[in-house]
Amino acid sequence: MTIRSRKRPMTITEKILARHAGLRDVWPGELINAKVDIALGNDITAPIAIERFREVGAKKVFNRNRVVLVADHFTPNKDIKSATQCKIVREFAREQKITHYFEGGNVGVEHALLPEKGIVVPGDVVIGADSHTCTYGALGAFATGVGSTDLAAAMITGEAWFKVPESVKFVYHGRLNRWVSGKDLILYTIGDIGVDGALYKAMEFTGEVIESLSMDSRLAMCNMAIEAGAKSGIVAPDGVTRSYVEKRAERKPRYFASDHGAQYESVREYDCTKIEPQVALPHLPENTKNVTDVGRIDIDQVVIGSCTNGRIEDMETAARVLKGHKVARNVRLIVIPATPAIYQESLRRGYFDTFLQAGAVISPPTCGPCLGGHMGILGPGERAVATTNRNFVGRMGDTTSEVYLTNPAVAAASAVKGRIAHPDEVSR
Amino acid sequence: MKLKGKVWKFGADIDTDRIIPARYLNTSDPKELAKHCMEDEDPGFSRKVRAGDIIVADKNFGCGSSREHAPIAIKAAGISCIVAKSFARIFYRNAFNMGLPILECSEAADDARTGDILEVDMSTGEIYNVTRKKRYEARPVPPFMQELVSAGGLMKWIKKRGFV
Repeated sequence: MTIRSRKRPMTITEKILARHAGLRDVWPGELINAKVDIALGNDITAPIAIERFREVGAKKVFNRNRVVLVADHFTPNKDIKSATQCKIVREFAREQKITHYFEGGNVGVEHALLPEKGIVVPGDVVIGADSHTCTYGALGAFATGVGSTDLAAAMITGEAWFKVPESVKFVYHGRLNRWVSGKDLILYTIGDIGVDGALYKAMEFTGEVIESLSMDSRLAMCNMAIEAGAKSGIVAPDGVTRSYVEKRAERKPRYFASDHGAQYESVREYDCTKIEPQVALPHLPENTKNVTDVGRIDIDQVVIGSCTNGRIEDMETAARVLKGHKVARNVRLIVIPATPAIYQESLRRGYFDTFLQAGAVISPPTCGPCLGGHMGILGPGERAVATTNRNFVGRMGDTTSEVYLTNPAVAAASAVKGRIAHPDEVSR
Repeated sequence: MKLKGKVWKFGADIDTDRIIPARYLNTSDPKELAKHCMEDEDPGFSRKVRAGDIIVADKNFGCGSSREHAPIAIKAAGISCIVAKSFARIFYRNAFNMGLPILECSEAADDARTGDILEVDMSTGEIYNVTRKKRYEARPVPPFMQELVSAGGLMKWIKKRGFV
């Protein structure tokens, strides 16, 4: 089906939403009902959705191929209550014959798993009862986090209501400095605009730096759009997208791009030659500094993993920095490959040898410590460097503990030095 | 719908980890969640709060996670309504979907202090601080959102539309 000429130029976000709402065009602020291609839940959010689903008397999900359930947060089950939550999800998945249900040896961190498996494809509208659902914008999809009630409604109707967001364009010029990745670009951006700097808006990432950015780095950037309060983050599909998607897409991708003359709420431009590896200090992701400006900060733990930075590129970077080094005495390094495929590929490439020789603990894929679940909780006053996405009070454990957010290279270097360190201090 | 209650005042960027820490997300039982509501921000909050009380907060209330456990914990703790300068968008959505009344009003949020008595008229968006004898107009709630609230939340709304 070809799209007829439109009344007005639209952004990529508006075009995807218009198509899914069956409208010729949409305007920012307009409330629409749109078809969803994928509705996602996890072991924390799905049980409430399942309860709502049953309460209202629903019998069947709208499409068993389009409801995705991933038991990744408190798994392998950390306690009896978590096991009970997972059981609710598992039994529902069996009853509804859900195609994409993941647990045990199949499970990966949801936002690493769905792109990798080709379950989300460019042009999709995706809702997930998880705030980091915005990750899939990296594929050129409209994806946003919702609550469990929204998930329940979408599981029944295959639709969701949206207020069409205004779009903000971010243009990244120049070229990246050594050790600077998508994580640093998004931390820098959040530092610039604040944790509600893009509240209710769609962040559109553009510019020559984005065009040459790997898919793993794009996923890390879009992942943290929510940390600026955004509804979604998006990168227009290009050659990088096509080569990533074409070997794995389980449905036909639709490639959208913003029209010339599309309206943006604002445009922000950055010179990337001035961006160093970033650190977000406690207790908000907007508290960013250059890694060279943080001073001496001794640490107790390092976590490399999560839906932000648990992908193969992140494992590769961590291994490159750690090769031939030992983790500092009194520092615990926990490495969490985000999916079974990343785990296996890391093993195949010899990264596990590097990690183990350095003295790291390698965890199975799980969200685990990122949200203070398990597999690396912080005690009173402890400090962690983490490649995760939030450093709120008590996020990883005790309320007096502290989380410093960085990219995997800084995290690995910090593990070696026992304090927050620039990767150049360890690996030249 | 008119609500009247005692104010509990909070600051800016109150994230969902502070509303309900993740260590309690291994259950979705509202009573259990209510016990730990705001625990890391104000220990003992759940024991002090009375049915009908109102939370007033600065900007970006409910930022962070999508966990519906946050508005569930607040509602089950007895809070009747939240007035803030602004809300994080998933929290805003969740509140309407589950029928927890919320309003955006910068001036009312600035003036109110813990212990003040507030009257809130959800249908007009009028807020009256009884203690300070000051009236405010909240940002109007879009008609669709009012429809959700009057239907009794999203699930009842989709039922009305014949989906189940």
